[in-house]
Amino acid sequence: MMGMTEIVKTVAEWIKGFIIFYGLYIILQGHLSPGGGFAGGVIIACAFIMIELAFGGKRAETELDEHKSHNLDEIGALFFLFLGILGYFLPQIPFFANVIQLYWPGSPFHILSAGSIPLMNLAIGIKVGTGLYSVFTGLSHYDPLYQEEN
Amino acid sequence: MIYALCILLFLLGLYGVMVKRNLIKIIISLAMMTNAVNLFFVLLAYRKNGQVPIITNFNTASTVADLAVDPIPQALVLTSVVIGLGTTALMVALAIRLYHSYGTFDITKIRKLKG
Amino acid sequence: MIEIAVLFLLLFMIVGMLFVLEIENLLSAVVMMGAIGFGLSVIFLLLGAPDLAIVQIAVEVISLVILIRATIHRDIKEKADESLSQVSAIPILVCLLLFFLLIYPAMSFLPVFGSPVFMNYYSSSIYYLQEGFKITGAPNIISAIILDFRGYDTLGEAIVLFTSILGALSILRYRNKKKEPSES
Repeated sequence: MMGMTEIVKTVAEWIKGFIIFYGLYIILQGHLSPGGGFAGGVIIACAFIMIELAFGGKRAETELDEHKSHNLDEIGALFFLFLGILGYFLPQIPFFANVIQLYWPGSPFHILSAGSIPLMNLAIGIKVGTGLYSVFTGLSHYDPLYQEEN
Repeated sequence: MIYALCILLFLLGLYGVMVKRNLIKIIISLAMMTNAVNLFFVLLAYRKNGQVPIITNFNTASTVADLAVDPIPQALVLTSVVIGLGTTALMVALAIRLYHSYGTFDITKIRKLKG
Repeated sequence: MIEIAVLFLLLFMIVGMLFVLEIENLLSAVVMMGAIGFGLSVIFLLLGAPDLAIVQIAVEVISLVILIRATIHRDIKEKADESLSQVSAIPILVCLLLFFLLIYPAMSFLPVFGSPVFMNYYSSSIYYLQEGFKITGAPNIISAIILDFRGYDTLGEAIVLFTSILGALSILRYRNKKKEPSES
């Protein structure tokens, strides 16, 4: 679980912000250009994995440990489900319909258009990114010595 | 011809699952089988000199149905790729626990059920 | 032109797969798996699916890191890998060859590579391409399909991903909660 050399640590610290920014760009422009929730979420997971590989396990635990990322995973899934049942009390709206597009339609080719599609992209991005990071942290922090003492 | 090569890739992965003895080789072969199936779906959806199914301005919105590739198999494969990663992570977790209990990755030595 | 490039990359993937099966060193096999996934991402880009190319290459990098970090990093002592000694590989090879020879005529019922099979008649694909922009207001038809027309399938995918991650984390229940001062 040890880190890497000085050069790798410095470069990783500077680049982490850019990678998260790039992942957010791909998520939020998912309805205008190729990308979407899945691609952006996986890129955000890659940023956090890079920090864990460069600095070792201790530093990555102070930023985002396994329980916090698991909680964010659950929040993302619940947010996605909440966007699906938004139209429950309106008449004749099926499950998972785009109700925001019916009442507040924006102008096309702008970022605030297409109803609840950008919000759903954000929920999927948070879910996929933090979920994949939590499974990676759980796999690399598994230590059999702790079990043998029990 | 191209479909036959895709099926050949799937069969090579199946050969690796059945014959190889090391757990890591079995995990890699299963991941390759998933890749072959996803590729087969996307190969079914290709149109000759087709365009990406994204509308760029208002003029092309009416003619995109004649020029674009099929969008539905791409939408199906998009979720399948991420689920494949979750499956691989689960298999690696199982492999780590087996290594801790038995001390080897060889499946012919993992025979007795041990707590 | 694009068909020739796709054929060439597919041959590279098959040769790489043979390489993965027969090599003895595990680290080389895992690295070759990463190269095969990279070739698949380029094939997706050539076939007109840019969303898939981004997702495939990032997923391949993460799975490569998981395989190397969690298994080979732990100083396993054995490297050799012989085939099963009780059951020889010859009957399995004969069965797989027979399967391949029997399925080859069935491939002739599929359409020629280049004409999509779901767009000959008025199917869902043509409906989504024609009406998708007017109904949802999103220019990216793939996003409109997976989040508006078929959002229920995306909910199912979220459930499956959550379940598999939960299963993987519950198998590794005894993780290192307290670090002893002797180990770094």
